[in-house]
Amino acid sequence: MTAISSPLSYLNRVDEPRLIGAAPLLRVQGLCKRYGRIQAVQDVSLDVYSGEIVGIVGESGSGKSSVLRLLNLEELPDEGRYTLALPTAIGLDGVNLFSLDRFTRREVQTQHIGIVYQNPHLGLRMGHTSSGNVAERLLISGERSFHALRAAAREALAASDFPLDRMDDPPRKLSGGMQQRVQLAKAIALRPRLLLLDEPTTGLDVSVQALVLDTLKRLQRERRLAIIIVSHDLGVIRALADRVLVMRQGRVIEQGLTDQVLDDPQDAYTQQLVHAKL
Amino acid sequence: MSRLAALAKPQTGYSYAFMDAFAKRELRRRMLKAVAIPGYQVPYASRELPIARGWGTGGLQATLSLVGPETVLKVIDQGADDSVNAANLRRFITRMSGCQTTTDALQATIIQSRHRIPEEILREGQILVLQVPDPEPLRAVQSDSSACHHMHADADYGQMWLVLYEQLVRYKRYIQGASYPSLVNGRYLISPSPIPRWDTPKLHRAAHLTILSAGREKRIYAVPPYTDVRPLEFSDIPFQVEDQRTWADERTGARYKFMNELPQADGTARYELSDTGYAEKLIAKQRGQAVTIGRTYYDDEGNFYHDGYLKPPVIPEQGG
Amino acid sequence: MVLLDVVGLTKTFTIHHLDRHIPVFHDLCFRLHEGQFLLVTGQNGAGKSSLLRCLYRTYLPNDGHAYYESRYGRVDLARAADVDIALLRREEIGFVTQFLRPRPRVSALELVAEGLGELGEARARDLLDGFGLKPELYSAYPTTFSGGEQQKVNLAHALARPRRLLLLDEPTASLDAQARRSLCQRLADLKAQGVAMIGVFHTADEIRALVDGEIELRGARLGLPTHDDETTHGGFYVAD
Repeated sequence: MTAISSPLSYLNRVDEPRLIGAAPLLRVQGLCKRYGRIQAVQDVSLDVYSGEIVGIVGESGSGKSSVLRLLNLEELPDEGRYTLALPTAIGLDGVNLFSLDRFTRREVQTQHIGIVYQNPHLGLRMGHTSSGNVAERLLISGERSFHALRAAAREALAASDFPLDRMDDPPRKLSGGMQQRVQLAKAIALRPRLLLLDEPTTGLDVSVQALVLDTLKRLQRERRLAIIIVSHDLGVIRALADRVLVMRQGRVIEQGLTDQVLDDPQDAYTQQLVHAKL
Repeated sequence: MSRLAALAKPQTGYSYAFMDAFAKRELRRRMLKAVAIPGYQVPYASRELPIARGWGTGGLQATLSLVGPETVLKVIDQGADDSVNAANLRRFITRMSGCQTTTDALQATIIQSRHRIPEEILREGQILVLQVPDPEPLRAVQSDSSACHHMHADADYGQMWLVLYEQLVRYKRYIQGASYPSLVNGRYLISPSPIPRWDTPKLHRAAHLTILSAGREKRIYAVPPYTDVRPLEFSDIPFQVEDQRTWADERTGARYKFMNELPQADGTARYELSDTGYAEKLIAKQRGQAVTIGRTYYDDEGNFYHDGYLKPPVIPEQGG
Repeated sequence: MVLLDVVGLTKTFTIHHLDRHIPVFHDLCFRLHEGQFLLVTGQNGAGKSSLLRCLYRTYLPNDGHAYYESRYGRVDLARAADVDIALLRREEIGFVTQFLRPRPRVSALELVAEGLGELGEARARDLLDGFGLKPELYSAYPTTFSGGEQQKVNLAHALARPRRLLLLDEPTASLDAQARRSLCQRLADLKAQGVAMIGVFHTADEIRALVDGEIELRGARLGLPTHDDETTHGGFYVAD
């Protein structure tokens, strides 16, 4: 009989990166988060490079959205380090973002991290204008020229393939796909290096979903964004992600290139997940 | 008759200036703190007074804490010395403190006001007490007051800017008429009582002390003398005061002062000076009486008295 | 220069819920130089595609090494970090199949020229023309194309980028004769430029002239090499 590696050994079968010269944009080590008796996130580590799209998949309650909230600095973990390789001038080289004071943390969150939520109500002020929603990020970062705000909002909305003749309509009057584009424009308005997507196309029509994914792909190419996308939809992950992490009960149980994880899943749970979906 | 006389006898059994010494001391301490942190809303224990909350109890408590026998008091409501509310407050304060009163802004040492700052420039040593209905400028965008505290702590005023942005998109101009949100000393955002936009620039680098007090909301804040108070404005769309250049007071012909518009049955309007104390002096002067009329914040061409930030009045730009 | 050195490469699928191991190939060894063409033959299910996929890391090999001499240095494709593999896929190693996964609202020309810079469009036109795609379809969306047309776009897309190693998984299947000839010509040009190739072909006749060596897979075990004398094949050899 041929030598078969034990099911878990594949996680250690892969070397450290050697060819890719750059340092990862995002580095997370040993992330742990507990809510009461629930261990939502257990020892999650992750490197993401500029220009990369990394997917996180898993069923509801697997901890994938908790990871995203932690990465967006909305919550603090019980343990873990989180660094972003931002321009040196910002002075956060090697600084654990979780250790920042609330004020600086919020600044990093606004300036360097963009997020798109599944539920547009979480990310948008539904009664304000769409352009205002986008402009808010610039206002927070100190832009005080109205015309500059208009121009920046227009640019970000255009980059998100949002029809500009509707830029002053409130999101509550827009379709779901349009609302996600406004969220996306808001997320990229300050040209962050990192974009977090939490089930961005769940609940959209398949055709609308394809268009939104197309926009995301183009943005990632044009702006060299690092994108982390959380989804339970393996189709979305396959269409978008370069690499994927599979989470279960707060742990990363498998990770690899997207096609490898989906076509040659190693872990028993991943095999179940993939076969259930395809 | 004896019973009536008993009821009408001079008030006794009250502390000087109605409030007890401890309450006044607390208020004075709060005011000192407010002066020390310009624009910061200091909470205080708002006392019961013989007028209802919402009728100027905040301003009244501040005035009662500051008043003394040597005080010269002016009380105005919407610019008028003779409106019912102003008259009642004035009578109450005088009866309780024995202070003198005046309608002349130059003579007063304490001016308690609702909605207006006098037209004549206040000087060092004068105290302007503004009655405030709602001290929280963020209330409009954030109903959770503890969230408002966080926003003030972080100087997180993005949402207020967003409100202005939305106004410009929808109406092409800032539509906030009174209580125009202003940044004090570059740090705290205040709601400068519901004074009209016309009066907002008067707070900027003013020589006098302004105390803003909200009785119902139990918050007191201050603009110390010579402190920056700048309305929120985009760098390319300047803040403007009300455009009343074509309006002239019907009794004195005065212009470039804040006017009350009196609509007429035939559809036209007449205008009168909102600041009655100032109007009285102008009329007296026209009659040849000897009065001292101080320099005003806006001169007769509508120019502001110091360089400040205010551009000469222009018609609000359309477009943008 | 040896571009790829495969030593003891082993792939076994494990299906957990059936508790079964399915061996595909075991202890596979071969070596490939720049500009060489290796033909992989074998029955259906012998693991031809699996081998290509293991080298592309769509499948994760269980054991063994596939040392690849990249521009950035030597790396083992069997266990290199995912980001390194992603880098090689972007820049050095191409996988050519008949299957296209078109994206909405991206025209055929845009798809092929994507990321190629200024000369991309001319290059894309050249390739699409070579495969005989009608010019009126260049600006149309491949989602609406027939299978054959999609395949032409896909081949153009795969071959437009400069590569050092091409993994060819039956690229000619279901192509018309003109496109087939064009593809072979294109592969010959690339080979002349030093591109190494490992190919699985349904019918190998048309590329026979390009082949430097051949391995036959027999399911779970390496077949006997058809040419076992390495000296006659410019350093290319197959060994067990």
